[in-house]
Amino acid sequence: MPQLLIICGYLALLLILGLGASRLFRGTSQDYMLASHSIGPFLLLMSIFGTTMTAFALVGSTGEAFKEGVGVYGMLASSSGIIHSLCFFLLGVKVWKLGKKYGYRTQVQFFRDRLESRWIGAVLFPVLVGLVIPYLLIGVMASGTVINKVTAGTIRDGQVVGGTFEEGTFPQFLEQAKNPRSDAPASFTYGSQGGVPKPLASLAICGIVLIYVFLGGMRGTTWANTFQTLVFMILGLVTFVVIAWRLGGQESFWASLQMASNSIPIEKLTRTHIPPEKFFTYMLVPLSVGMFPHLFQHWLTARSAESFKLPIFAHPLFIAIVWVPCVLIGAWATSDLISIPPPVAANPNAVLPFLVKQLAGPVLSGLLTAGILAAIMSSLDSQFLCLGTMFTEDVVRPFYGQRSLSDRQQLLIARLFIIGIVALTYALSLFEPRRVFTLGVWCFSGFSSLFPLIVAALYWPRLTKQGAYACILAAAGSWLWLFCASDFAAQANFTVNIPVPTAIDLDGYWQLMPVAAMIACSTVTMILVSLLTRPPSQATVDRFFPKT
Amino acid sequence: MKPAYGVWGLILLLIIAHQDIWFWEDTTLVFGFLPIALAYHAGISLAAAFTWYLATQFCWPTDQEPSVQRKETP
Repeated sequence: MPQLLIICGYLALLLILGLGASRLFRGTSQDYMLASHSIGPFLLLMSIFGTTMTAFALVGSTGEAFKEGVGVYGMLASSSGIIHSLCFFLLGVKVWKLGKKYGYRTQVQFFRDRLESRWIGAVLFPVLVGLVIPYLLIGVMASGTVINKVTAGTIRDGQVVGGTFEEGTFPQFLEQAKNPRSDAPASFTYGSQGGVPKPLASLAICGIVLIYVFLGGMRGTTWANTFQTLVFMILGLVTFVVIAWRLGGQESFWASLQMASNSIPIEKLTRTHIPPEKFFTYMLVPLSVGMFPHLFQHWLTARSAESFKLPIFAHPLFIAIVWVPCVLIGAWATSDLISIPPPVAANPNAVLPFLVKQLAGPVLSGLLTAGILAAIMSSLDSQFLCLGTMFTEDVVRPFYGQRSLSDRQQLLIARLFIIGIVALTYALSLFEPRRVFTLGVWCFSGFSSLFPLIVAALYWPRLTKQGAYACILAAAGSWLWLFCASDFAAQANFTVNIPVPTAIDLDGYWQLMPVAAMIACSTVTMILVSLLTRPPSQATVDRFFPKT
Repeated sequence: MKPAYGVWGLILLLIIAHQDIWFWEDTTLVFGFLPIALAYHAGISLAAAFTWYLATQFCWPTDQEPSVQRKETP
């Protein structure tokens, strides 16, 4: 029960923060969506970092390290430190400059001008929203799992002991679930286990984030992001120390660390099961930040170009601070120092909350859970806000005309659309869960496949409208095709296999991440179609590529 | 050579250094607790932070403050 009270207290604090930001809200859609371009370096760093570090970074990385070992850090964390900052440097600053100069609020507005195409949004908007949904799904799923596991009891001799709620407190469909590895009927042991049922917990988190986003807009979201980023970084480090000490069980922290790491099985210390070419192509996944619509919006909130400097060089450091402890914790969970029960081992998303629950006391585990939820919610809020902005700016305003809707009407429409998308995501979260990490990689891969489009739009004057359409359709088509081939992310280690001579690779093929195929497909299509079609007008080229 | 070329060279070097096939099967624990695959890549993160700091100092574009060319939207 103390865990649940602390979690509720934290959520109440967030609502107060949203309320505080709403008092500073200037009442215009410009302030609601872009905080009137007033965000300085520190807030920009915290909001960008908080937005990119989602459930994927805490819950997903720990779960994936539990399954695949310490190689997970190199696969996505260190590569993100290089690639994310590269995107902020080469794309973020330029986008901010154009956004400030021409008044853009969304990606589609920029592409509409740059490509001289009024209808580019009709193709790009559904693709972007379609890719944001799995990203939202990660947060919604993970928040339910985290709250459930921390408030649940433990399983002894097949029975649930010490849960927050007795069996029968909630309706049966909320309390019981099937073991994904057997045909046995649904049971309480594989269901809520005496914790807050996942569907209820996810619903509560969606509701809280919706309320503070609606109250505070971009300003409230930035404040909440900064607060939550600080919370999850500090509590994340506390979690690491507590788990290391309790798991190692030695007198000193240092000796406990060594004991815990010495117990990691050898296969989790090496990367023998990860083909080097797969590892290499993982580096293409972080290119996704170049096309995240919510990050695009955060870039536009900057007060000046100088505001980008701190996020550019501090981002890799912050990634290390969050990911190194999470990956170590996931690897420690594979050791014989702790017994992971089958329901948890079957769901890697539950590994971190399970360890927190087992190894920290009730009060501390409540606080640490608040830290994990902070990471999850600091991404959900930006995504919610961004969806509303995109719908208003890219669909409603072009349809109704620039001046026919009042600010109030625009805000109302944005909010209704956000609620619709959140309801859809929530409904999807009720189906059979996927690994947060796997789903995250698919979602990021989709955005990465659109990366060539933003690079060409900013740096290649020869990019044409037709080339851009072809690029988007090729990216979306290849993503859909490969996603279906992976059984909708159910095959966690799905790769695209390219035959090569055995002299090059003994296996006779290279195992590449699907993102490599998608980027190749979208890039080649974009370049070929652009070169075969009429170049953009000189006025547009002069506008976006002024001679210095 | 201009410092900017050196910084972009460092970034390219980081991307190459990231493919550390030489530590693929190494089970060494650095300081007795940090698996070498993790320690090496944590080092890559620190090196990336330093390199990007250099980039903001030596490669920063000089024409980044635009004049606003539009009427304020509501």
